[in-house]
Amino acid sequence: MSEFIMTRRGFTVSAVAALIAPALPAFALDQAGASRLVGTVVDSINSVIASGKSEAAMIAEFERIFIQYSDVPTIARYALGVDARSASAAQMSAFTQSFTGYISRKYGKRFREFMGGRLEVQSAKPVKSFYEVRTLAHIPGSSPFDVTFLVSDQSGKDLFFNMFIEGVNLLLTERDEIGAMLDQRRGNLDQLIVDLKKAG
Amino acid sequence: MQIFAKAFLGAALATLAACATPEPGQNFADPYEQRNRKIHEMSKRMDTNVLRPAAMAYGKALPEPARVGVANVASNLSLPSTVVNGVLQADAELVVNNTLRFVINSTVGIAGIFDPAANMGLTKQSADFGETLHVWGAREGAYIQLPVLGPSTERDTVGKVVDAVINPLGLMFPPEAIPVTRGIKVADVLGDRYRFDNTISSTLYESADSYAQLRSVYLQNRRYELGMSAIADETAYDDPYADTAADPTLDPYADPYAALE
Repeated sequence: MSEFIMTRRGFTVSAVAALIAPALPAFALDQAGASRLVGTVVDSINSVIASGKSEAAMIAEFERIFIQYSDVPTIARYALGVDARSASAAQMSAFTQSFTGYISRKYGKRFREFMGGRLEVQSAKPVKSFYEVRTLAHIPGSSPFDVTFLVSDQSGKDLFFNMFIEGVNLLLTERDEIGAMLDQRRGNLDQLIVDLKKAG
Repeated sequence: MQIFAKAFLGAALATLAACATPEPGQNFADPYEQRNRKIHEMSKRMDTNVLRPAAMAYGKALPEPARVGVANVASNLSLPSTVVNGVLQADAELVVNNTLRFVINSTVGIAGIFDPAANMGLTKQSADFGETLHVWGAREGAYIQLPVLGPSTERDTVGKVVDAVINPLGLMFPPEAIPVTRGIKVADVLGDRYRFDNTISSTLYESADSYAQLRSVYLQNRRYELGMSAIADETAYDDPYADTAADPTLDPYADPYAALE
C-alpha cells in the first residue's frame, strides 16, 4: 500500500538525468521509452527525498515532478468523472490546478515512508493505446510487491497517467474520493475547487 | 464454538447460493450498505479508541527487528492452513512451496522468527478458503463490512469461517498453546496497524467518504490477489484516451475490473 518508491541507486544518476532529460529529442513511445520514463520519475522523487528539505519544500518539488512527468489534464478529467462533462473550460482548468496541488500534498506528505526502498522494472508492454510498465517494489521489512505504471504519448509527450499498487488503481481511487467530495458539496464544483486548494 | 461455526457455515453457504450480483453499471454489489456503514462507523470508533493507540504503543515498545520477527512467526503459523487450501485448489506448486517454507522456517528459521526460505527462492504465497471458493467458481457476492474483522465479501466471509474450522494448526499444537498462537496473531495485527498507519489513518480519517474508499481499495486489492484485475488481464484496463472526442467520462464505472466480474 505504498504510493511512491524510490531507489537510492538513483541519487547520482538523477542529477545527470535532470541535465540530460530536457535535451532529449521527442521520440515515439516504445517499451524502452516507457521504462525509461518510470526510471526517471523514480530517480527524481528519490533525489527530492535525499535533499533533506522541509516537508513543504518537498511537496512543492513533488508537484513539479507530477506536472512534468504525468498527464495532469487527463488524470484530473478522469478523477472528476461524469461531472467533467458539464464543467465549463474555466472550471476544468481551475479544477485541474486545485487537483494538482491536492494530489501533491496528499502523496508528497508520505514520501518518507518509502526511504531506502527501490523499484525494479520487470517488464514493459504495449496495451491498448498505451504502455504498461510493471515494477517490483522492494522496501525494507516488506515482501516485494507489484507497482504498475501506465504510460501514454497521446498528449504529445511520454507521460504516465495511472499507477496500480497491488492492484489498487490510484486513478479510480481518486475518482471515488473526488466523487464523494462532490456529493458532500451537493455537486457544487466551484466549492470543490476552492476546498481542494486546502485538502490533501 | 465448533457447533456454532458449523451452523453459521450452513447458513452462510445458503446465502452464498443466493449471492448478490452488481447492479447494472456498478462493479460491486452492496445491498447491505446501510448496515455496513453503521458497522464501519463502529469500527472507526474502535480504531480511534483501542486499536490505533494499542498499535502505536506496540510499535514504540518493540524495535523493528522484533516486530518483523513476530510478523514472521504469525505468517509461519498461517502456512498449514494455506497448504490445506492449496490442496483444495489443486495448486501443487503452492502446496510444495508453502510446505517447504513451513518446514524450513520452523526449524532453520527458529519457530518462524526468521524467513530463510525466502532467500532460497521460496517466496510468500497466500491462500485462503475465500480464494478456494473463487477457484471453485463461486462469485464474490455482496460487500460486507464485518465487525472487528473489517471489509469482506459474502464469499470471503464464508471463507473465513471455513478457514477457522479447517485450520490444522489446532492438531499440531497442544490446547495450552492456543492462547500463545492467538497472542501472536493479535500482536501481528497491531504490528500491521502500526506499520501501515499512514495509509490506514489517511483512508479512515481523511477521506471524504471513508466507507466508500475502504470498499473500493479492499475490493480492488482482493480481486488483484485472486488474479481478477487488469494486472492479470490487460483487456480490463480502462483507457482514458480511447474515444476522448466522444466522452471519456461517460461511464464513471467503466472500470479496469468491471469486465471481469
